[in-house]
Amino acid sequence: MPETNAIATKAAGEATAPEATRGGIYYTPLVDIYESAEEVALQCDMPGVKPQDVDVRFEKGELSLQGKVQPRQALAEYVEQEYGVGDFYRSFAISPEIDAARISAEYRDGVLTVHLPKQERAKPKRIAVKTG
Amino acid sequence: MSILTRWEPFCELRHEMRQMRRFQRAMDRLFGRTGIDVPEWPALTVSYPPVNLWEDDDFVYAEAELPGLKMTDLEITVMADKQLTLRGKRERAAPAKVEWHRQERGFGSFEITIELPVSVDAGKVEARLENGVLTIKMAKSPAAKPRKIPVKAE
Repeated sequence: MPETNAIATKAAGEATAPEATRGGIYYTPLVDIYESAEEVALQCDMPGVKPQDVDVRFEKGELSLQGKVQPRQALAEYVEQEYGVGDFYRSFAISPEIDAARISAEYRDGVLTVHLPKQERAKPKRIAVKTG
Repeated sequence: MSILTRWEPFCELRHEMRQMRRFQRAMDRLFGRTGIDVPEWPALTVSYPPVNLWEDDDFVYAEAELPGLKMTDLEITVMADKQLTLRGKRERAAPAKVEWHRQERGFGSFEITIELPVSVDAGKVEARLENGVLTIKMAKSPAAKPRKIPVKAE
């Protein structure tokens, strides 16, 4: 799954176009991606995002993950600041072997999990070997 | 695989870096930034988790991003009124038999100790973990609070 840097261009006014961003910084969330016989699964850290502010899109072979973070600590006088607070965005090119219609996602405790089931024809098959 | 083991061995080092940064900041406050612009200490991301610390008149706040953790995975202690310790463990949630494409998220045990800017009342500490963000609100001890001096007018 090679990562794509460019945000997919969408026609202006299109109903599915993502909402205008606040123009702030996007943080690249950390991900784990693993594959089993049935699916490719992706886990993504998006701390501070409310469940309703997670946006997962699949379009033209590209999976994009976005998490909007409600601003916090905006007026804080830091004694120590080791990380920044802001929105998350990352996108991935998805293999055509994935069954796009069955992609599902869940978000819990700041972690987004996306399940990308393989198409039937892409699943490994065990061929029974007959003897005698 | 280095990501997997990045937390534990460097806790000490991170603590040192924290002290150095604090020292640098204290020096900057004392003397102001000099002509030689001291670069920020290199950002070390070897330890976990990064912590933001801030305060207002009555409270000191600490916040850390801990995605995937539940309160039961965490132990929060306030020691000697001026030290906050976070201990916890993040378990990998993936099934055992998989082929990895990317492994960027860290897992394992962690422990960090943070020096608080003022002493706090260990009995008045509130912790909240919401959507993977831990917020700890600590009440300052009465002696540490800024005191308003009434000015009498004759």
